[in-house]
Amino acid sequence: MAEKRVALVTGAGRGIGACIANTLAADGCDIAVVDYSDVSAAEETMRQLAEQGASARYYRCDVSDFSAVKAVTDAVVKDFGKIDILVNNAGVTADGLLLRMSEAEWDRVLSINLKGCFNLIKHVAPHMLRKRSGRIVSISSVVGLMGNAGQANYAASKAGIVGLTKSVAKELGSRNITANAVAPGFIRTAMTDALSEEQKQAMYKLIPLGSLGEVQDIANAVKFLVSEEARYITGVVLKVDGGMYI
Amino acid sequence: METLEKLKEILAECKGEDIDVTPETTFEELNFDSLDKVDIVMQIEDAYDIKLGDDLQLSTVGELIQKIDEAVAAK
Repeated sequence: MAEKRVALVTGAGRGIGACIANTLAADGCDIAVVDYSDVSAAEETMRQLAEQGASARYYRCDVSDFSAVKAVTDAVVKDFGKIDILVNNAGVTADGLLLRMSEAEWDRVLSINLKGCFNLIKHVAPHMLRKRSGRIVSISSVVGLMGNAGQANYAASKAGIVGLTKSVAKELGSRNITANAVAPGFIRTAMTDALSEEQKQAMYKLIPLGSLGEVQDIANAVKFLVSEEARYITGVVLKVDGGMYI
Repeated sequence: METLEKLKEILAECKGEDIDVTPETTFEELNFDSLDKVDIVMQIEDAYDIKLGDDLQLSTVGELIQKIDEAVAAK
């Protein structure tokens, strides 16, 4: 039997991150659940992982905190012995038109969404470097590719992830470490469920495939990018958006 | 000699194989690329709790050992 891979997933408490954690566990990975904001949600993810028999641990960590990320990364390596897969999924929004956006709203979103990815890659990469293998997937957004009124901070952070990913792909490729991004479009979440039927219809018109995506669609893309089948793919931004941005 | 033995351990961990070096060995002979050098410097800094900096201009292992010993002495 092949040795189990260890995946560190940030923002694994809820939504897309929880689905990624569960999907990778079902694919045979041990999971380091990293989350900060919602302890009970992270515990729910842990319960789901335990239910499918996965070996998992929960680490509460603010990904924007450089030192805390180093400590968690070291702890994961100590507990699991290695990190094969890093999924940078943790992210927040603080929407508002640029003219009304505060410095704090800008800084917070950039710190968590973009600096958080840097922090994780920075501290995980040395471990992958020595193993001469690794898979890094960061969750961007189509908003980072096309822009979105009211989301200057979020769009900038997600565009930043694309540049970061491509640079990391070039820096670490020689060590058999791939770095890719997944850019979700409109995904069905509690937030989109709250939209009116009229708003949903307007949204569907923007999507050639005519419906919202599911969190599982994103997790499936991540599962592929960390697989052996994707060994020759690095530096790409895989849009999972029903054709919304072509 | 103690630093040389420790350095051998670090080089082995970085490269994933035992590497026999002497103070006279040059980095050119070792065929290290920029990532190797950064990784080795980081490991040395962690192992000795020192700072070597990113702009080390070294040609031999002996020069690196001297830098390490100087940094340790200055702690």
